[in-house]
Amino acid sequence: MEFDDLYQQIILDHNKKRVGYGLQPGGFPSHQYNPTCGDELTLTVRLSEDGSTITAVEWEGKGCSISQASASLMTSEVTGMSVVEFESFANGFRDAMRSRGTISLSEDEYGDLAALSGVSKFVARVKCAMLAWVAAEDSLILTRESLN
Amino acid sequence: MSQFTPEQSAAIRAEFPELSETVSGHPLVYLDTAATSLRPRIAVDIESEFALRHTAAVNRGAHSLAAEATEAYDDARASIAAFVGARPNQLVFTSNATESINLVALAMRLASSVGSPPRFALAAGDEIVVSEAEHHANLIPWQEVAQQTGAVIRVAPITDGGELTAEAVKSVVSDRTRIVAVSAVSNVLGITNPVRAIADLGRAAGALVVVDACQSAAHGRIDVESYGADFVVFSAHKMYGPTGIGALWGTTEILDEMPVVLTGGSMITRVDYDSSDYLPAPAKFEPGTPRLTQAIGWAESLRFVESVGVDAISAHEESLGAELFAGVADIPNVRILGNSNGVHRVGLVSFAVEGVHPHDVGQYLDSRGIAARVGHHCAQPLHKRLGVDSSTRFSLGMYSTADDVALAVAALADVREFFGED
Repeated sequence: MEFDDLYQQIILDHNKKRVGYGLQPGGFPSHQYNPTCGDELTLTVRLSEDGSTITAVEWEGKGCSISQASASLMTSEVTGMSVVEFESFANGFRDAMRSRGTISLSEDEYGDLAALSGVSKFVARVKCAMLAWVAAEDSLILTRESLN
Repeated sequence: MSQFTPEQSAAIRAEFPELSETVSGHPLVYLDTAATSLRPRIAVDIESEFALRHTAAVNRGAHSLAAEATEAYDDARASIAAFVGARPNQLVFTSNATESINLVALAMRLASSVGSPPRFALAAGDEIVVSEAEHHANLIPWQEVAQQTGAVIRVAPITDGGELTAEAVKSVVSDRTRIVAVSAVSNVLGITNPVRAIADLGRAAGALVVVDACQSAAHGRIDVESYGADFVVFSAHKMYGPTGIGALWGTTEILDEMPVVLTGGSMITRVDYDSSDYLPAPAKFEPGTPRLTQAIGWAESLRFVESVGVDAISAHEESLGAELFAGVADIPNVRILGNSNGVHRVGLVSFAVEGVHPHDVGQYLDSRGIAARVGHHCAQPLHKRLGVDSSTRFSLGMYSTADDVALAVAALADVREFFGED
């Protein structure tokens, strides 16, 4: 069942767990808004002093289980990742989400995030899964601009 | 109030091919009629037969096909007008109700820029009254009028239970009120508003009164005259008709006074290089080649509605709506938006499930074959007023059954458990 692919237990769990929930002051938060449902998410990516590594992700927001779980799972997987690595990681995630079910995220590479693969069959829900990622990419750009 | 018998329901449902679809392995339970109603086969058949055999230019040419098309188009307008209690020349075809409202708003913006005609020209400090429960389509066009002219939007409050009273409207009507724009039934709350009393207040203040009748039309008998308004708008696709066509009804007097907005062919008498004369309404608001097949399809859909019986449909939907309302109200941790007692309701209920986002609710319901609407239903300010971001909505049509209601209520009762809420 496609529906069961969409709501895997990992997603239902992370919808509650919300790893990284809670914004700290400072940094360069990005606020994203999904006008179709009114969901909002604000997210800050923290980098190491040399700007090369993601040291923390903090976020707050309200939304459906897919958007909340995606933010939580992303936080778990990308903390400690190099910025260069994150960029291709995020691109791969986006490609899978937009693939209409033709690309599955591999568990080797994406860990628990692979549970979100089923979202790509539900075109209306892709934006939900991408909300945190768009915020992370935006926060990263703002943060790196400040370092230049 | 009585519902259709199972035999009557089966006969009605057999006319709607979409109802035999399966969704997620379940028979479709279609509870999104308030957004777009399903279409009866007979109306679509006649519409497509017309398109295949009688397509030709309306109001131009002397050949037989063109004459037939013109006649059919005029007949369609006459029968749609009769359905809503209007005269044919009071019914302007538009793309949908949204466009109908915009047509009036644009006429006001044009009139305001030259200060005439007086009833359409607004000035700084004039006031536009809407309710807290309006659809974006009955709010944003007025915001644009206000921004251009310096007029002010005054918002009539609803109660926490979603009721709009004439007294609440009265509290924001003044001698500066120029427009009163309200829905006959809110698309979120499903409560029938006291439109006549509101319209009387507006007209007594010298305002133009605009009624959004989208959620009333075809769910019960509507008589545009009885609202006491200057304008009434509605859309075919919520009346078992096609998308792409709707109507603006106006009194003969006000349509005569209203300035043209879109211009071109079909709406003129004499044309010269520097000026032209226009036909009377409705032609003066319908430039260009008209929506021929859509008008035919709409008229046929309403013929089907009449054959089932408008009063029988409204009795069926109200009775079933009461069951739906009671069923949803009984589910713990589900909050109905617009739960006021002692009001008249149509077959529509919107609700918030505590702890579960409407998108998740809708997706879960879809997995059980139930088509519900989720989101803000084009009423963001109303949701904010009621303290939620968005909601889920069930809405009924003539083809809805007690089984549909039971299945929807049962599925809704399982939502919180599925998402791990206690």
